[in-house]
Amino acid sequence: MKFRPSPYLALAPALIVITVMLGASLFYAVLESFGIIRVIGQDALSLDAYRDVLSGTGAAGGEFWVSLGFSLWVSAASTIFSSALALMAAVWLSSQKNQADTLAINGHLAFPHLAWATALLLLFSQSGILARWAAALGWIDVPADFPILVRDSFGVGIILHYSIKEIPFLALIVLGVLRSQPVGYDVVAENLGASRWQRLRYVMIPQVMPALFAGALLVFGLIFSSYEVPALLGIGYPRALPVLALRFFLDPDLRARSEGMVISLIITLIVLAVAVVSLKLEERKE
Amino acid sequence: MKYLVRALLYVVLVAPLALFIVYSFTEGWFFPAPFPSEWTTTTFQRTMDDPRTLGGMWQGFVIAVIVSLLSLILAFPAARALGLRQFRGRQIAWLMLFLPTVVPPLAIGMGLNILFLRVGLAGTIMGVSLAHLISTLPYTVFTLSSAFARYDENYEHQALALGANPMQIFFNITLRMMTPSLVVATLFAFLVSWSQYLLTLLIGGGKIITLPVLLFTAASGGNPSTIAIKSLLFILPPALVIAFTARELNRHGNEIREQY
Repeated sequence: MKFRPSPYLALAPALIVITVMLGASLFYAVLESFGIIRVIGQDALSLDAYRDVLSGTGAAGGEFWVSLGFSLWVSAASTIFSSALALMAAVWLSSQKNQADTLAINGHLAFPHLAWATALLLLFSQSGILARWAAALGWIDVPADFPILVRDSFGVGIILHYSIKEIPFLALIVLGVLRSQPVGYDVVAENLGASRWQRLRYVMIPQVMPALFAGALLVFGLIFSSYEVPALLGIGYPRALPVLALRFFLDPDLRARSEGMVISLIITLIVLAVAVVSLKLEERKE
Repeated sequence: MKYLVRALLYVVLVAPLALFIVYSFTEGWFFPAPFPSEWTTTTFQRTMDDPRTLGGMWQGFVIAVIVSLLSLILAFPAARALGLRQFRGRQIAWLMLFLPTVVPPLAIGMGLNILFLRVGLAGTIMGVSLAHLISTLPYTVFTLSSAFARYDENYEHQALALGANPMQIFFNITLRMMTPSLVVATLFAFLVSWSQYLLTLLIGGGKIITLPVLLFTAASGGNPSTIAIKSLLFILPPALVIAFTARELNRHGNEIREQY
């Protein structure tokens, strides 16, 4: 065919844009993490920022290990909760013929994180709507009696946010698997006398597990590296790694900037490693 | 049990919306009043009269339009190649496009911040749009390439055999058959850009202030009514898009995934 262009030519514009911007941004990030900040004429390579962060001694580094632990805890807890809830939602949805419910799930997926976090703030803060209703019912007298659910030191607000917000993404993955499987397995199991619970436990769950696990890893990476939600629903100490990284990247003290950059690169490495595992799992599934 | 699950599903979906609407039109609703007592539009009017609100919406809209157009132009040929051709290096191309979906926007934004300051793109509409493009382009390509994978090229061959020229084939066959997917892909790109906070903050550097930036600042410690109004304005475009593309969304929903 004459008008058929080479695939390389067709892909070139998109790939060049991505490669140039991603490559250049990574290049400058690594430079700055080594303390090379050209604007102020500092171009001697130094490993100080890495040392300060990893040994937990620098301006930002002092908080590094605490923040890493906090981020791991929040991401792991949210991922586990949302996966469990998503599995339940998908099993329920797969028995529904109602399109409206699938649409509702999609609607929740499309609800921006920033708006969802804002809604949680208005609902769950100590003088929020739920606290007012509790007061109206006579359960509490003053806002301070209401449990601290958002902006708390254990990340409860952040976990609450993601546990619910990530259900649709994972539920739709599980639903995709369930709908692509022949109904036969389930019917055979039923004929062999398997109870509802047994069918769920030995037929459905083994089928969806690989896909759910791969999806859960992506969710973990997303939560681990996101800034807005822990910034809004978290507190000053302990704070999530991305919040720490950005705070020091924007610091007027340029030594702290390098440390912020080092932390951001560590986050990126962890997320990439998790994504690679997720991809490998998905390949094996195919 | 089933009714409970369904009830929870709709509460999660509707509660934030209801909350924003109620809060937007009340004043002086404080602890411990369980329900608002005074209904008013003054806060709403005050927020709308503030030039920053409409300015922020306008800037965000312009950026989102630029981003969706750029994504579409760049993604269309790439998606066609990925969806219809087998060629050496296809895996690598796919992986390169996948990369921006897993590299955190935080890291991309911090690196681009330095780069764009050097080349003079920081604090400009174009700079912010280019930064957003990194997060929208992969999704546009993947949405369109999955549509191209279902696309039958024989219609084009048929038209060619009947004497159509490439322009006619492109406009009358290709574009027409791809319209639903093109609309969905463009809307996704628009929404991802519209709700982008971090990249706008890092590249806009206080000069480009879109609605999510205003909302984030308000939510960090502002008047609940103002927060609610800004949230409402912020989720208005996504809500409209979802309402109008309900059927397509059911098919493509999960492709927008997590970027926003």
